[in-house]
Parts: sequence; structure tokens; C-alpha cells
Amino acid sequence: METKKSMSVSTRASDPSAGALTESSAGLLRELVAHLRQNRTQLREEWARRITRAELLTAMTEEEIFAEATAVYDNYVEALETGTFEALQAYSRRLSERIIPRGVETDEVVGIVLLLRDVLARSLFNKYQDNVEKLNRILDSYEPAANRIANTVAVGFVEERERIIRQQQEAIRELSTPVLQVRERLLILPIIGVIDPQRARQLTEQLLRAIRANRAKVVVIDVTGVAAMDSGVANHLVQTVEASRLLGATVIVTGLSPEIAQTLVTIGVDLSEMATVGDLQGGIEEAERLLADRAAIPGPQAGREPGTELNR
Amino acid sequence: MEVPILRQGQYLIASIQSALTDADLSHLREALIAQVGRSRCRGVIVDVTALDVMDSFAVRTLRDIAHMARLRGAETVIVGIQPDVAFAMVQLGLTLKGVATVLDLEEGLAFLDGRTKERTLDAKPKKPSGRG
Repeated sequence: METKKSMSVSTRASDPSAGALTESSAGLLRELVAHLRQNRTQLREEWARRITRAELLTAMTEEEIFAEATAVYDNYVEALETGTFEALQAYSRRLSERIIPRGVETDEVVGIVLLLRDVLARSLFNKYQDNVEKLNRILDSYEPAANRIANTVAVGFVEERERIIRQQQEAIRELSTPVLQVRERLLILPIIGVIDPQRARQLTEQLLRAIRANRAKVVVIDVTGVAAMDSGVANHLVQTVEASRLLGATVIVTGLSPEIAQTLVTIGVDLSEMATVGDLQGGIEEAERLLADRAAIPGPQAGREPGTELNR
Repeated sequence: MEVPILRQGQYLIASIQSALTDADLSHLREALIAQVGRSRCRGVIVDVTALDVMDSFAVRTLRDIAHMARLRGAETVIVGIQPDVAFAMVQLGLTLKGVATVLDLEEGLAFLDGRTKERTLDAKPKKPSGRG
């Protein structure tokens, strides 16, 4: 017991100095690595068996699991030996790239790494069961490294996932919302998908610029493809309508689904300032009527309060 | 700095060329309203194309100009609000309700032409076609 305590203290004391291990601890680690190398075949087979039995990585075949297990095992031992994790990090990133598209979950990855840790620890128990004190010391040097390896692999996996999520978010954002000119002075803005505040803002900016560039008089915003709308988005829509009016364009909103209509009325968003028409076709007809009105004798309401003229 | 007020046919055109102080704005309001009566004009166009900021005082002054000019017999239209300015305005709740706004000077002239024509039509007994 006494030896163990002094041992762990000395390990900790030397830790900050660039991870250099004390002589005896380094020796133990060497012995450990030699042991893992020697029993490579048996241990990784045992590991692959445990993975299959725990029903992890079900998306992969047994051969694939064994191949990956071998690679992870070798990287694992190497990381233990050298104390550097770059190679393992790179490997776990590549592994994640391969297995994420196949639907492997985070808990599976964490599970297999912890299983490897268990398998190796158990083999150490077996080897040193007669010498408890040595087993303790071996575990002392094994555990921190093993934990760090488990961390590295799990973090690598999660980072890869997050990278993919970020990438997809960007792709969605870049699916720009087109502002289309249907005919002289008439623009259509079909909105599809989820509107978050950032996208709503981008949308408005695009629309206002397009109104100016195309000298649009009427804009039809079609929200048929929007599944849900909260008060924030609805208010933003109202603001967009008002801003468009300041640029001299009338906005007609079309395609509000029954669910959205219900939500908006329930949460009490004031849309009385907004001209709404059932569907896109009706919206375009209404818009053409407005444009025709203006081209001939401007009606009494034409332009006076363009934002409100339809809503009665 | 003073805003030049030009006369163009029946209309007055005030073209704001640079950022104005509150005093300048008040002065513009008074000058415009005085001129509306003096020159018996039917419309006022305020061009704000050059403004890239519009604060609440400016918006209120523009609204006052529109309402006062209406009392004096002239329609007012604000032209040339920049997209960014427009969005900033609605976010601040400054929506210029009840005041006509159009894209640019050309549109403004067309708008006033329409309004004036309609008023002359209004004077005659008109049939209610496609209204209401």
C-alpha cells in the first residue's frame, strides 16, 4: 500500500513535465504494451466477440467489425506506448467519417471503446492475479492513458458529427430563397422549409433589394412550403410587409396553411395589416389586378396605403 | 444645411441631400407647408434617397409634413427610402402609417399624377365601379 501511494504521487508530480513518466512507471507501461502486443490476436478477437454480443455496431458486418477492431487495437496500443494521441485522433476521425453515414450512434462508439478497456483490463487481471501489488501499479499507469484514449475516440466521433451538422446547416442556409420576377413589376418569393430568425432576416434583405432592383410594385410571398410559424417569424413577416410598403410595393401573402392560420390567431399575432390570399394562383391573379388598376387610372387606394388596401 | 425646394408643374419637390439636424428638419417642414399655400400646388414629393439613417424625429417630421400638406390641399409622397433604412424603420416601429411611400422620384410623380387625376374625377359624379 505504501509503495503504491508513493508511486502514484511520483507519477502525478512528474506529469506536468511534458508527460514524461518516471522510470518505473515507464517500465511498467513498456511491460504492458509488450503484453498487449503478445496477446494481440486473442485480445482483439475477444473484443470483437464482446462487441457482437453486446449488439453494438449492428450496422456493420462481423468482418468489418473485426477489421476496424484490429485497426483500433493497434492504434490504441501505439497511443499507450508513445503517449501521443495525434495518430489515434486522426484515425478516429477517419473512422467516424466512414461509420457515421451508416447510422452508427454515439453510444455505440463510446460502448466499444469502453469494452476494449474492459477486455484489456480483464486480461491484466488474469496475468497479474498472483501479484496484486504489481497489478495495482500496472493499472495505475494503464488507467489514465486508457481513459484519455477513450476520451479521444469519443470526442473525435462527436466532433465529426458536429462538423457534419454544421455542414448541413450551411447547405440549408445556402439553398437561397429565390426572388422571382414573374412579369414587369411583379415578384414572387416562395418560402420553403423552416424559417429561423437568421434566415428570416436574410430573406427580408433579399426581398427589399429585389424590390429596388426590379422596381417591383407587387410582391407575392408564398408560404405554402412553411410547416410551422411562431410569433417571432410572423412578426418578422409583418415587418417585411411594412418595409416593402416603404419601398412602394404591395405585399400579398399566400398559402397560409390551416394549422398556421390557427396558430397565428391563437397566439394573437396581428396580421390585420397584411393582405392574404388563399393560394399562389389567387395571389398572382390579385397582383395582376392591382397592377392593371395602376397602369390604367390609379384607383383611389392605389398607393395610398398599399399595405392595407386588400384587407377588408 | 437648407433643403432646396423645387417647383415642378403642380408639385413641389424637396430633395434631401445629406443628413439633417432636427432643426433643419423643422425648417424644411415649415418651408414646405408655407410654399404649398403660396404656390397653390397639388402635390409634395420628399426625396430621401440620400439618407442612410432615419431616426424617429425624421420620421415624425415626414409624417407631419404629409398631414399638414393634406390640410393645405396637397398630397405628399415620400420617395427613395433605402432597403436597409426601411427595414431598420419597421424594426423600430416607425412605419409612416398613412403616408404614401414609393420607390423613387419617377414613381412619385406618377403616383401624384394618378392622385390628382382621381381627384378631378372625384369632383364629377362618379359611378362606383369595382370599388368596395
